[in-house]
Amino acid sequence: MSRRRSATLAVGCVLAGVIVAVAVVSLFWTPFSPDDTSGGRLAPPGPPHLLGTDKLGRDLLTQLMIGARVALTAGIGSVALGGVIGVAAGLLAGFAVRWLDDTISALLDILIAFPTLLLAMLVVAAREASLGSAILAIGLAMSSIVARLTRVLVKRVLAQDYITASRTSGTSWPRVVAEHVLPNIWPTLLVNLALQLGLAVLAEASLSYLGLGTPPPNASWGRMLQEAQATVLTAPAGAIAPGVLLVVLVVGVNLIADGLRDVADPTRRARGSGSAVDPGSPAMGLDQGGSAVDLDPRRGP
Amino acid sequence: MSLLEVSALTVKAPDGRALLSEVSFEVEAGARLGLIGESGSGKSLTALAIMGLPPAGMTVSGSVVLDAPGLPRTQVVGAPERALNGLRGRAATVVFQEPLTALDPLAKVGRQLAEPLRRTRGLRGSPLRAAVLAALEEVRLPERVAGAYPHEISGGQRQRAAIAMALACEPALLIADEPTTALDVTVQAEVLALLDGLVSARRMALLFISHDLAVVARVTDRVVVLKEGLAVESGNLLDIVGEPRHPYTRDLVSSARRLDSALDWGAR
Ligand SMILES: Nc1ncnc2c1ncn2[C@@H]1O[C@H](COP(=O)(O)OP(=O)(O)O)[C@@H](O)[C@H]1O
Ligand SMILES: [Mg+2]
Repeated sequence: MSRRRSATLAVGCVLAGVIVAVAVVSLFWTPFSPDDTSGGRLAPPGPPHLLGTDKLGRDLLTQLMIGARVALTAGIGSVALGGVIGVAAGLLAGFAVRWLDDTISALLDILIAFPTLLLAMLVVAAREASLGSAILAIGLAMSSIVARLTRVLVKRVLAQDYITASRTSGTSWPRVVAEHVLPNIWPTLLVNLALQLGLAVLAEASLSYLGLGTPPPNASWGRMLQEAQATVLTAPAGAIAPGVLLVVLVVGVNLIADGLRDVADPTRRARGSGSAVDPGSPAMGLDQGGSAVDLDPRRGP
Repeated sequence: MSLLEVSALTVKAPDGRALLSEVSFEVEAGARLGLIGESGSGKSLTALAIMGLPPAGMTVSGSVVLDAPGLPRTQVVGAPERALNGLRGRAATVVFQEPLTALDPLAKVGRQLAEPLRRTRGLRGSPLRAAVLAALEEVRLPERVAGAYPHEISGGQRQRAAIAMALACEPALLIADEPTTALDVTVQAEVLALLDGLVSARRMALLFISHDLAVVARVTDRVVVLKEGLAVESGNLLDIVGEPRHPYTRDLVSSARRLDSALDWGAR
């Protein structure tokens, strides 16, 4: 089982790695300049435009490469922002006295109920449609989900016998937190943040599809999909290519999350490899997946 | 002066229900006391109240005084966390019923055992590693246990590790809260004998908690009988068995007798 799991991790790393490699290359080299429209409208695949051009005559491969960079920036940026705010707020609520915990929890419930799309529109209205605005909106929406998960994890670990046992032996409170509480919540958190990264990539594509994301000349896969929509029958590459890359990245990230689940948790790692007893998962369910940052444009805000 | 003096200890649940009512007993330095009672009678709660760690929301009143050599005599009830923290481990510590949940599932046994050893003896590096192995040896665990996670060893081994961790604190009083209840019968006897020997060798006081009269009889002869949060009887075990006054104690004794005679009959 553990071998199958590390295979999951490996496949995920390969898939996501391809996109990362493309994004890194785009920093130094792209076949054409992103705003070069000399290729002619909707040129078919073939030299010098390997994948053809879009309806404005821009090189499709160039757009895709820059789109990879934008997608990764959006995913990592959102997770960094949402992770830092969310984990901090969650830890605060988890360890806080009753009234502070209640206050933070109420705020989180409101933020979670707030539609991400509306939040994104407000951010764009206050600033401008840009990658930064998208990251801000997605990160804020994500922070409430991460905070709530962190809070629950802290509460659950604090109620465990091994915390009481450690305290009866005279371990100081900061040490209990550092040695037992944090190590027992981070595997679940890590897995969840990885899942959130995949969701954030999708969320950015949705925002860009709606015109709330990255502006030209920088391409976002979401906007490419939107632009190719009208010509999908005559020039399918323009719609298929960004769609495929989006799937490759998100599936890759989710496989990594799935693989991390087992690497990070020794009680799962050993399962099925002849351990003495089934521990009944003392490390708590690492199974709570990501509650989605729901931005599906078909469902509307 | 006693090492532990519990008087009129009362613990109330958040809803006001009294889970422990006016419980009183004493343990002298180096002495042993058994705390007997059925499941839910408040035995574990007594242990936690002595450590100043009642479950959240419970109100504790009455008095728990710990007076260990080399440590300030302390009234545990209402004491600030800082005072209690200096006391926990050194004045008293607990071995819990369920060793699987009492050990951190994500930390190797050796690392968990090193924690109290580092604190009490101020060891670091390779002397610390040697002390961990010596502590394992003392509870008859092989060296490889140090590198294992709790779920990778057997229940009996886990409880031995938990005992080693408690002993590493070098407490004046060891509270053993049903230390053998979660174990197989054959392992029970071994762990009990081990605990008994180590507590004697170190001249520790022992508060031994169990629902099983026969188990308590093996380690101590002085007991308190707890029933629904009330101490219904206390004194010498033989006296109580010979002449139980409270109906609950009578039940306890007669069921132990029945078990005894059944075993005798089976052995014949
Ligand atoms: N954290 C808690 N919250 C509410 N009630 C509790 C809690 N812990 C124990 N109790 C109650 O206190 C009583 C005594 O429990 P306990 O001391 O664990 O019994 P035992 O003698 O089996 O060790 C039980 O009725 C139990 O339901
Ligand atoms: Mg109990």
